[in-house]
Amino acid sequence: MPTKLEVKKVFNKGIYTENPVLIQVVGICSALAVTNRMMNSLIMGIALTFVTAFTSLTVSTLKSHTPKHIRMMIQVLIISSYVIIVDIFLKAYMPEMSAALGPYVGLIITNCIIMGRAEGFALSNAPTISFLDGIGVGVGYTIVLMAISLVRELFGFGTIFNIAIMPEGFTSWTFMVMPPSAFFILACITWFANNQIIKKNKEGVEKK
Amino acid sequence: MIDIHPVVIFIAAIFTSNMIFSNFLGMCSFIAVSKEIPTAIGLGIAVTVVLTFTTILNYFVYWYILDPLGLEYLMYIVFILVIAAYVQLLEMILERYLPNLYYALGIFLPLITVNCAILGVSLFMVTRQYNFSQTIGFAVGSGMGWLLAITAMAGIRSKLSNNEIPEGLRGTPITLIITGIMALAFIGFSGMVQIQ
Repeated sequence: MPTKLEVKKVFNKGIYTENPVLIQVVGICSALAVTNRMMNSLIMGIALTFVTAFTSLTVSTLKSHTPKHIRMMIQVLIISSYVIIVDIFLKAYMPEMSAALGPYVGLIITNCIIMGRAEGFALSNAPTISFLDGIGVGVGYTIVLMAISLVRELFGFGTIFNIAIMPEGFTSWTFMVMPPSAFFILACITWFANNQIIKKNKEGVEKK
Repeated sequence: MIDIHPVVIFIAAIFTSNMIFSNFLGMCSFIAVSKEIPTAIGLGIAVTVVLTFTTILNYFVYWYILDPLGLEYLMYIVFILVIAAYVQLLEMILERYLPNLYYALGIFLPLITVNCAILGVSLFMVTRQYNFSQTIGFAVGSGMGWLLAITAMAGIRSKLSNNEIPEGLRGTPITLIITGIMALAFIGFSGMVQIQ
């Protein structure tokens, strides 16, 4: 069993110091596509967290039984199986959400976050900690998605989680609903994150 | 939706519903490999070729095998396997018969398996219920749209490398901002044809 300190470290890494979207710049296809509504982003984040966590768990459990040269293929198969579960679940219990996300649910398979975690972490660590690592990374991804969609939904529709926030007579910004806005907002967030890193590095140098 | 001429779909896939600017597909490699023009063109051509053939293969697999048997839910797993197998096969054929091209494209081929644009086009083909000729128009158009986008991006970035950019903006953020501006420019085409 992983100790408390290890768990804390893994979550801190996934959410903050190695945030998949901001620091490693992986998995941004879906991060941009589903962020026009907060609800979509939340569901997408949960789906990705589920798939990453369970893929890491499975890959880590099976790691001593998988031959090295076909491991990529096996990982892809494991990921697609979990994505199919998510897809069927969404179709059965949340048909509107499934229609809104459309092919982007299937595109979780090619999201580099999952493959990256399986390859980079789960292959060399124990099952429990790999599972937690998957959850940590998934949460980090969800937070970024929520931040982007908060801005887009607030200005694009005047709502948050479909609840009207802006006063009556607020003219919604059509721009925020269109694809380019997603690029600009993500750019601003990564800019901010980069500045934080640069500042931290400078402080580190000064202390030395 | 179903009665659109394939040529219209082809044009629309390049300009109005460009894979990168309106569907955000293939962003990872778009950002990582758009630093120099020759490599960008190499990857763009490889993506176009693989995308065209895998989409056609997936068309037959879906409508002649999965759909009649009622196995639509296996779509994801089958599509990704078809793509992976095709890339592997292409790699072996190129290595055997066209070694020069293999060395030029070789490094890009494994990257393509996890390029979301390839799987994305196959999935859109199914959800939008294109017929065979529309599928070909859509696949070739999407590939060329992607090639156009990454080449333009590489051109801008190679100009940009001589300029002074604020430290925090270097790398990904500035690339995203340029992509956003390019996407805005592409919206100018949107009155021309519409497929979504």
